[in-house]
Amino acid sequence: MGDHGAMNATMKAALKNQLKIGTGAGFSADRLDPALDLVRRGRLDYLVFECVGERTLAFGHRDRMRDPALGYNPLLEKRFRAVLPLCAGAGTRVVTNMGAANPRAAAERTVEVARAAGLRPFRVACVTGDDVTALIGEDTQLPETGSTVGRVGLPMVGANAYIGADALLPALESGADVIMAGRVSDPSLFLAPMRHAFGWSWNDWGLLGAGTVTGHLMECAAQVTGGYFADPGVKTVRDLAYVGFPIAEVDARGSAVITKLEGTGGCVTLATVKEQLLYEIHDPSRYFTPDVVADFSSTRLEQQGEDRVRVSQAGGAPRPDNLKVTVAFDGGFLAEAEASYAGAGARERARLAGEITSERMRALHGFGGDLRIDLIGVNALHGSAVERPTETQDVRLRAALRSSSREEAELLLWEVEALLCCGPAGGGGFRGHITPSVITHSAYLPRERITTSVEILEA
Amino acid sequence: MKRKEVQLREIAHARAGDKGNISNVSLFVFDPRHYEAVKAQVTPQRLKAEFGGVLRGEIVRYELEGLHGLNFVMSEALEGGVNSSLNLDSHGKSWSFLLLSLHVNVEETGQ
Repeated sequence: MGDHGAMNATMKAALKNQLKIGTGAGFSADRLDPALDLVRRGRLDYLVFECVGERTLAFGHRDRMRDPALGYNPLLEKRFRAVLPLCAGAGTRVVTNMGAANPRAAAERTVEVARAAGLRPFRVACVTGDDVTALIGEDTQLPETGSTVGRVGLPMVGANAYIGADALLPALESGADVIMAGRVSDPSLFLAPMRHAFGWSWNDWGLLGAGTVTGHLMECAAQVTGGYFADPGVKTVRDLAYVGFPIAEVDARGSAVITKLEGTGGCVTLATVKEQLLYEIHDPSRYFTPDVVADFSSTRLEQQGEDRVRVSQAGGAPRPDNLKVTVAFDGGFLAEAEASYAGAGARERARLAGEITSERMRALHGFGGDLRIDLIGVNALHGSAVERPTETQDVRLRAALRSSSREEAELLLWEVEALLCCGPAGGGGFRGHITPSVITHSAYLPRERITTSVEILEA
Repeated sequence: MKRKEVQLREIAHARAGDKGNISNVSLFVFDPRHYEAVKAQVTPQRLKAEFGGVLRGEIVRYELEGLHGLNFVMSEALEGGVNSSLNLDSHGKSWSFLLLSLHVNVEETGQ
């Protein structure tokens, strides 16, 4: 892996001065139309689809156990049918973690989509090695819980290491049209094309830190272009229904301009970029990825015209010796049941309905776990912190519990539905859902124990 | 200088993120002239005092002078985290607006 920093004269001559990378998705269920617009008009070198979270990955493992051909992002075919023909026309390469728990199957599906669209020649580079389920045992430590895998007491679903740009470089060097991976650290999906295009060495920590900051700003797509930002009356965002996804214009020294296509909704301002800069960050001077420990604290931001923010001066320190691993366990079921109360006394009637539900679940059915009762409109989200006086006469009761037993989960739905005849006056609009649940914990493995590889599939 | 009491939402913006059972909320003032006042009044101690019911663990604050921002890293703030919380907002996404509901005393900058 360490050899990819070494280059001969021909390779150096092929290096670029500027790279345009777009984000095609910032989470597993992200919109598609902004990605298509980016490929049509953005003249992108790369389009990155970031589609894996801890939960989506765990659900991927479960899908794969049921059917070995599944476990990748469920929107993969739909996305690629629309985007791959456009990418072929525009000369834009795709980098994605849509492989989730099954990159190999995702690569095969991608080849089928390309073939059906008549794209030839077409190559997919499949990156594997992040699945470290076989390396995790009963004794594996879970430092954040102070315990071990065995002592969690739940069946393990799967375990994946966060792999970095190193693992993607051979795939990029292969010239493949699509680089398909599973659990890759989010910013690494962006850093890898930068390293490939600019020839940044694996240990040039300053450049890797800078590229990681850009990758971090890009990884949640619209969250840097005005999505997740609007607060009417305080923070106005134009045309949010058609918010554009971001483009990073990266230069070889690691600075970047974050921008978006003209005519799209949203905005790129110092405020949108600042909010995203610290999104899911703890110590801004020490952000750990498999590639580098990036320093966001020195980052300089400048507005350079409308919807253009220049990002520079981030730094970096040597990468960690251990890679983070997400270990997923079967968490049983989440049961949620709701009913509504409106008009005079709505709050009191909803509260009584909640008390009845609690009483019957505990005393009659012997449920001993956590049972949560919310009055939506009164105290659901912030309610346990501060219950503010409210005049609302439109209240929704929500009861929720977790259980390893589907039967117990169903009991909660039954109890809330039964309130319609047996509970307080005027209740209506019952809905209930049972959601399979996963629990994840972090472990750490020495990076030498994780071997990644790349396989090329052709259409 | 004349001073006034304002809700934080009028002079600052925030975003919440989650990692496991740890929530972080970043807070940035719109006008750099408000930064020192916000830094002095929006402290981990104050958050614990006002919202200790949900922000159950230690709160660490990082200061980003250059960006006029504060980052609050709050342990045990997500009822176990997205995979085990029974909260409707299991990611704690709405914690940003919990912070923005605080009131602070600032100098009138006269826009």
